[in-house]
Amino acid sequence: MVVKRSISNIIFDISNYLFLTLLMVITLYPFWHVIMASFSNHVELTAHTGLLLRPAGFSLDAYKAVLDNRMIYSGYRNTLFYVVIGTALNLIMTSMGAYVLVRKGFFWRRFIFTLILITMFFSGGLIPTYLLVQSLGLVDSIWALILPGLISTWNLIIMRTNFASVPDSVIESSTIDGANEFVTLFRIMLPLSLPVIAVMTLYYGVHHWNAWFGAMIYLRSRSLYPLQLILREILLANDTNSMMVGVGHTDRESVSETIKYATIMAATLPILCAYPFVQKYFVKGVMIGAVKG
Amino acid sequence: MPSVTIQIPARKSKKRNLWREIAKDYKRNKYLILMALPVLTWYFIFHYLPMYGVIIAFKDFNPMRGILGSEWIGFAHFKSFFNGFYAWRVIKNTLMISVYQLVFGFPMPIILALLLNELQNKAFKKTIQTITYLPHFVSLVVICGMIVDFTSKNGIINDAIELLGMERRSLLLYPEYFRTIYTGSGIWQSVGWGSIIYLAALSGIDQELYSAASIDGAGRWKQFLNVTLPGIAPTVIVLLILNIGRMMNEGFEKIILLYNATIYETADTISSFVYRRGLVEANYSFSSAVGLFNSMVNVILIVSANRISRMVNETSLW
Repeated sequence: MVVKRSISNIIFDISNYLFLTLLMVITLYPFWHVIMASFSNHVELTAHTGLLLRPAGFSLDAYKAVLDNRMIYSGYRNTLFYVVIGTALNLIMTSMGAYVLVRKGFFWRRFIFTLILITMFFSGGLIPTYLLVQSLGLVDSIWALILPGLISTWNLIIMRTNFASVPDSVIESSTIDGANEFVTLFRIMLPLSLPVIAVMTLYYGVHHWNAWFGAMIYLRSRSLYPLQLILREILLANDTNSMMVGVGHTDRESVSETIKYATIMAATLPILCAYPFVQKYFVKGVMIGAVKG
Repeated sequence: MPSVTIQIPARKSKKRNLWREIAKDYKRNKYLILMALPVLTWYFIFHYLPMYGVIIAFKDFNPMRGILGSEWIGFAHFKSFFNGFYAWRVIKNTLMISVYQLVFGFPMPIILALLLNELQNKAFKKTIQTITYLPHFVSLVVICGMIVDFTSKNGIINDAIELLGMERRSLLLYPEYFRTIYTGSGIWQSVGWGSIIYLAALSGIDQELYSAASIDGAGRWKQFLNVTLPGIAPTVIVLLILNIGRMMNEGFEKIILLYNATIYETADTISSFVYRRGLVEANYSFSSAVGLFNSMVNVILIVSANRISRMVNETSLW
């Protein structure tokens, strides 16, 4: 197709490219700033004003302080546990729920679907849920972060929509061959729905990785804290003192700045590394979710 | 007379049929029932029990006496909320933040999608997309940590403010800036991610419409007005209505990470108020009442939003 390029067209194209490039810079600069500041010398960083294009005086002290912080390690370990165990249980429960909703000829199908849909409109809310978790004796237990969020109804409906596109005949023939429904779900249905499983794994996984609120209200022992809660203490409650043993009092404020940046890096680097590889699955997820359930 | 004698067995057999059907289904679908059981149990415990627990909004909840044992006090908590000083403030703040997001936040992903759609260079388009999606994946705690840092007295935003000849100040300590910071950072977080759905709508437009328009002599601008805009209008309208339906449903996580007592005047919303009164001050019954009021309003809003969407567009969410 030959596109006639008038002057106004060219002007538009150029400004479009400029604008989008600017947007890209605005999106990336905060991350760049954090990276550069994390490698900076705290004295020079405090004196620095304006854009930080390269480290203000190179120093690795902040990273040393972060790597010496035991809470970061235990936070990482706990978060890994919540992500792996939490996501695995999420997937099992969600796929079982989605599967029973697509099996034709199951007497309770509509009843279950209605019960599930109602929860998308009505919920007890924060306080009754908190009191429930408390009365179940889950406070200060790792299960308080896993059980209440076992199924996301929205994800369940996305999964159901996908399961529904697997031909009935495939499922029927499996059950006629004598496989029970569990075998059919895990051996036939799930392998046929790998894209949606990938998307759900990422959604649930990222959710667990980023979660902090549940941990804040339910956990008491610091040894169970996930990484995000530790981060919150360091970044937002300004609790860097434990990492500054041996730092003089006058220096503390500026040192704590670089430590914050290094902590952000330590916690976000895995995401940044994995991101380019998994990005397309997330985009796929938005598309799947956009299909009316 | 005969009709009566026929009717009674008919009704009976209907009942018996239902039981027979359940029994038959139990025999045939034993494993499905077994599979549904944990799911149903979970929904019962973690959704329906809290719904029942909401009744503490009408009680003077005492943890020692439990939900059932506590005394009924009717609408007293609702009355004290609406007669109190905070009701108007938190409702206004919730609405204002939503209005900011509708006015400034909502159009941004649409504009981005339209601009991306005009790009001929596929590699450049891909790069922009990858980069603008990125903030969506960074945890809220980290993002709020960055916001706090950048808006602090020595932060980079104050460097710019000083350059403009104004005084440095910790921006998060001034109520007049909170909505701007909240909405602005929200746009930064989600403009790319939000554009995906519009890009999908744009790619769904029939390419022949463009060829037909250009044969009819429509230039790029005319094509944009007559093909592109009508092509994404349904998506825009559905999402707009949906967003309006969520006006009172602002989440509290980002707010409680950012706010502090000096800016409650503009930053305290219904949900952050519920959190603080309920979980920080252990005022369970009162905050459940406020939460119940809020979720009732939300249900009404979202159901009417869907009605309207169906009327305007013949597209509804369910």
